[in-house]
Amino acid sequence: MKTSDNQRRSSVVHTRGLRMRYGSTDVLKGVDLTVAPGEVVALLGPNGAGKTTTIEILEGFRTRSDGQVSVLGVDPDHGDEPWRARLGVVLQSWRDHGRWRVRELLSYLTLFYEPYRERVFDPDELIGLVGLTDHADRRVGTLSGGQRRRLDVAVGLIGHPDLLFLDEPTVGFDPEARREFHELLGRLPGTAVLLTTHDLAEAEKLADRIVILVSGRVVADGTAAELADRIAGEAEVRYRLHGREHVHSVPDATSYVRELFAQHGTAVDDLEVRRASLEDVYLALVRESEPVAA
Amino acid sequence: MNPRAVAVRAGLRRGRIEFRHTMTNAGELMGWLWLPVVALIVMYAFGDGATPGVDFPLGAQAVPGILAMNAVFTGLVGLAMTLTLDREDGTLLRARATPHGVLAYVIGKVLGKAAMAVAVVLLVLLPAMLVFDGLQPGRLSTWVTLTWVLLLGLLAVLPIGAILGAVSGNSQSLGFVTLLLMALVAVSGVFYPITALPGWLQWLGQAFPLYWMGLGLRSALLPDALAAAEAGGSWRPTETVLALGASAVVGFTLASVTLRRMARRESGSSVAARRERVAQRLD
Repeated sequence: MKTSDNQRRSSVVHTRGLRMRYGSTDVLKGVDLTVAPGEVVALLGPNGAGKTTTIEILEGFRTRSDGQVSVLGVDPDHGDEPWRARLGVVLQSWRDHGRWRVRELLSYLTLFYEPYRERVFDPDELIGLVGLTDHADRRVGTLSGGQRRRLDVAVGLIGHPDLLFLDEPTVGFDPEARREFHELLGRLPGTAVLLTTHDLAEAEKLADRIVILVSGRVVADGTAAELADRIAGEAEVRYRLHGREHVHSVPDATSYVRELFAQHGTAVDDLEVRRASLEDVYLALVRESEPVAA
Repeated sequence: MNPRAVAVRAGLRRGRIEFRHTMTNAGELMGWLWLPVVALIVMYAFGDGATPGVDFPLGAQAVPGILAMNAVFTGLVGLAMTLTLDREDGTLLRARATPHGVLAYVIGKVLGKAAMAVAVVLLVLLPAMLVFDGLQPGRLSTWVTLTWVLLLGLLAVLPIGAILGAVSGNSQSLGFVTLLLMALVAVSGVFYPITALPGWLQWLGQAFPLYWMGLGLRSALLPDALAAAEAGGSWRPTETVLALGASAVVGFTLASVTLRRMARRESGSSVAARRERVAQRLD
């Protein structure tokens, strides 16, 4: 009990047994999730896994059915304005304020954070940070999808939040915009980030830790390397011996290969050892955990 | 500075910015102006007949009523529409994600639409004063009465717009509201004195602020002798203040409850669901 209390106090997000039920459908079936200060955590999972629902509960936009939730030490259902000032929220899609100009909107929103935060971004600095300097006087409604998304992130960052929620930040991005966006996130100073994605490469690239959510349950939680280790025992060894191709899944690739050379020496050709990729792990986990689809 | 005071100031800024957006958008401005302009042209062309009971052209008699109708449309329908659209595009949710953002949002919206209503009334009134004979621009009392009637009238109708905007599920259902307002115009003595209507319709008209705003504006803009054409043969300023004031008090109380409820229920998924419905409608 004691440790759990301490853990809750020292983490920016802490949930235990979080449940959400719509009518007779359980969307979240007891989610345990922790984000430490300054940590970047990716909530990864297929569509319909409950990622957005989880995030909306943490943001205080949706009331959970059951479970303990603490965000920055506060139950989001009772989050007050000073609490809100410490959060940055980037939802899946915004189309708001289409007639406002980029700088106009950011300077307007800056006002709200000034009474609460020691540091508030200067609008122009923020516009530069997200690479919209050339578009500062454009109307928000005329921005491209990628530019709009970067503006959304800028809005989320205004008050130097302690915790930033990013829901599917790069959906609809072309590869170039995606790369720029990833670089932008790499430049964030000391902000804890909880991001949802169904893009595995994105999770691997951005996150310190990956939490895989399938059908409303956390099925894995760890760094990319730790997750890969879960199936790492099954490395794949390919080689050619006397002109014939061989493929084996083996628990210990190193000793297998040592043995192979000891037995066959120079007859072994085209050797290739492949550890399970994160993608293999992910797909295996999703297959294991998902109820048989109709 | 106190965060709440900051939010109030931010709300003023939002009102100013959005007022400017509307005023500089020719299409939207025309949208608010065409109805009163058409009404004035019709009254100018066909309003030569006398107002019943007094020697005064019917056309000029109708100008204040048209202004009142215009203020109600711009303020009430405008506010209801903007609240509904803002829920479809996520503007309200953005406000919810910002500390004290909803307070500033509501202040900004209400003030923006109030300013819009006043601007549209003036844009119609000033040329009308040149065109119609018999209006009284030269009296001080004209402008004093005009100011308080407009102010109190907006206080009475804006909360109704806020409530309708908060409860309407989509922008389509507001078309129905516009239709009801048209019916209300018919029983509120906008174009023709209410005394010509059967008694129960007179009562119905007087239950809504549009009638009282029109009466107040007539008392501001028309010669005093025309009071004879009104119900009770008087401008009834006390009753006007009471009727508009009561509507404002009740409206504000109900509006603050409905707006709170509206904001509380807003989430990203609800915005997405609403957008989905809009998209289906457009297909």
